[in-house]
Amino acid sequence: MSKAPAPAGPLDRPASAPSGQHRSESDRIAFKREMTAVIPHLRAFARGLCGRPDLADDLVQETLLKAWAAQDRFEPGTSMRAWTFVILRNAYLTDMRRNRFRGEYDEGVAERTLTAPAGQEGPLHLADMHRALLTLPHERREALLLVGAGGFSYEEAAEICGCAVGTIKSRVGRARAALSRMIENGEMPRRGKGGEDAAHRAIMKDLDHVAHGGTLD
Amino acid sequence: MQPETTRAGRKARPEWADGLRQLYDSVVNEPLPDSFADLISKLDDTGK
Repeated sequence: MSKAPAPAGPLDRPASAPSGQHRSESDRIAFKREMTAVIPHLRAFARGLCGRPDLADDLVQETLLKAWAAQDRFEPGTSMRAWTFVILRNAYLTDMRRNRFRGEYDEGVAERTLTAPAGQEGPLHLADMHRALLTLPHERREALLLVGAGGFSYEEAAEICGCAVGTIKSRVGRARAALSRMIENGEMPRRGKGGEDAAHRAIMKDLDHVAHGGTLD
Repeated sequence: MQPETTRAGRKARPEWADGLRQLYDSVVNEPLPDSFADLISKLDDTGK
């Protein structure tokens, strides 16, 4: 990444840092600590986006390397989670365009990893939820993940996705409506009954669309 | 089209909203695979 010389302006540096050279050791340590702390969130976001735990973790690793290389561009005091989500999202989109996620949804792994915690078993199995989520167009899925699962505000989500707040609201609204419809009408994609096919088809549709330079609004 | 099922969950948060959060949290709460610790520890030397 760009090897920016030590920034001169006070705005670029936290007050405690020594001016000039030495992009201080303590900065680096703080950065690494913060970055490490958000890894679980990156994994959750990535898993929601791409469905396959192994690919999701690859994506997170790629994200961490990119974030580390770009750390000079991180403004201390801002949200590390939001900053790294942007990097992860861009990496995902790039990989999507390269068709890296054209693998099938790994049903077995999802089944193992997405069991509801004991005592909180709802009528809805988490794996069903995940399958339903994966049938949504990518841009709606990510909007819903950010706001409905990750707890970001609409404004933060808009910033992460590089779009208008209204666009995020509309994507989240459509995603919610689609999931509600599936659930209320009992149209949850079922495991082994073509559910993963539906999810797969939806992802394939996204891929084709995005591969041709489209957006998914 | 379903007949009028006036589900109570309609106005309140839909019941699956918690499921969405749980889905996310279930991954957040997983123990981290060792590969991440390995990667992080390597960053010391290669930091650019």
